[in-house]
Amino acid sequence: MPSLRFHIRFPENKIKEPVIYQIGHEYKVVTNVRRADVRETTGWMDVELTGEAEEIDRAVAGLRKKGVLVDPIELNVVE
Amino acid sequence: MAKMKALTCRECGKEYPTTAIHVCELCFGPLEVKYNYDEIKKTISRKTIEAGPHSMWRYHDLLPVEGTVDHAVIGPHAGFTPMVRAKNLGAYLGIDELYIKNDTVNHPTLSFKDRVVSVALTRARELGFNTVACASTGNLANSVAAHAAAAGMQCYVFIPGDLEAAKVLGNLIYKPNVVEVEGNYDDVNRLCSEIAGEHHWAFVNINIRPYYAEGSKTLAFETVEQLGWRAPDQAVIPMASGSLLTKIKKGLQEMQALGLVDKVRTKINGAQAEGCSPIATAYKEGRDFFRPVKPKTIAKSLAIGNPADGYYALKATAETGGAMDMVSDEEIVESIKLLAQTEGIFAETAGGVTIGVLQKLVKQGVIKKTDVTVAYITGNGLKTQEAVVDAVGRPVRIQPSLVNFQKTFKMGKHGQGDA
Repeated sequence: MPSLRFHIRFPENKIKEPVIYQIGHEYKVVTNVRRADVRETTGWMDVELTGEAEEIDRAVAGLRKKGVLVDPIELNVVE
Repeated sequence: MAKMKALTCRECGKEYPTTAIHVCELCFGPLEVKYNYDEIKKTISRKTIEAGPHSMWRYHDLLPVEGTVDHAVIGPHAGFTPMVRAKNLGAYLGIDELYIKNDTVNHPTLSFKDRVVSVALTRARELGFNTVACASTGNLANSVAAHAAAAGMQCYVFIPGDLEAAKVLGNLIYKPNVVEVEGNYDDVNRLCSEIAGEHHWAFVNINIRPYYAEGSKTLAFETVEQLGWRAPDQAVIPMASGSLLTKIKKGLQEMQALGLVDKVRTKINGAQAEGCSPIATAYKEGRDFFRPVKPKTIAKSLAIGNPADGYYALKATAETGGAMDMVSDEEIVESIKLLAQTEGIFAETAGGVTIGVLQKLVKQGVIKKTDVTVAYITGNGLKTQEAVVDAVGRPVRIQPSLVNFQKTFKMGKHGQGDA
């Protein structure tokens, strides 16, 4: 089953929301947080999403809809 | 024993074999090449370097490729660009010893990317790849396409669908497979990350990135050698992903660790454009993390809003006691003109960013009159002529007669100016 790695960034107003928990319930994906730094005003997580490719796409769209920023683990690769 | 020891995670330190991987399986941190310095120390010296080729491959011992200096590399002429003693610009700014590291004339595509791509493709071929790829809006695509053509490798260049025609042409001339992705920068970004994960291709700035990035160290090596085996007091470096800045620091440290230069006290300073300054803004606000931005600047080659090495660039600058600053688009254009009109070097917009920030740091007293200073100019002005087209005036138009010419320039009969 495909796995994709993402860097997720939380704006200040989203810090308290259990976004990762919600995504795991709303879509058929397994969430696996590998590294994170969450502070009072900002936060990020490196997360692996495992599931069918289309379901991962839907989960990423769902994360974006919740107001968090989702990028590939490499961040910007277009140079 | 091989000179490359391992790929090592910059976060948790876990080591991996030197293959085409770029992310730590354990913590997802970025991987970096770790060398066997004890082994390298046995053979490297100022003499062996000076006897090497007139290119960045004279530092072969400190680059992440196998074989010896004589083995076939891709891009054998990259690097060893001029270190220009910028007396006129130095006098204008009030610096006694200013140098321009001039990668506007790097071979073959006139930007510093020829260094990193040369290393990336050489390593890719060693690892058995026949197809190379990149995601780019400019200099990187040019360089990958040119090197791939010369090496006879298959090449894919991914670009956003809304890229300007002139930039697309610059790639097509080398006949790579140019893939225009219907979508914006973020769409291309994500697609390329996924393709790199699925296909056995050498994506130079994704799965080959640990090797690719090492090519930037050669700017530091050349700086030390061309300054007569000494490190500068100040370095001013443009930042896009932030990788170049961190690798110049790494290169200087390696030179010191191998005894090729005495104590390195170089302050590493970073330069960004105001319209895309996530790293410099974090520095100014005293943060150790950056906030991604949507780029809006004429300095397109530096327009990376979510820079992969932003955190490490902040760290490198802090560790050396350096500084960061940013300049507006107007200041970029004025600085391009200043460099051209004082030193005869026509830089692309990133060069305007470097010179603009250099000027600011001198004014702020961060760079002092007696500091030996090197400013890194990373690309040729012919690549971004549109940025200055409205700022350089027009030619003087005259009728085709000698009298008219002399009148226009207020000259006497024998050419002496009257004015």
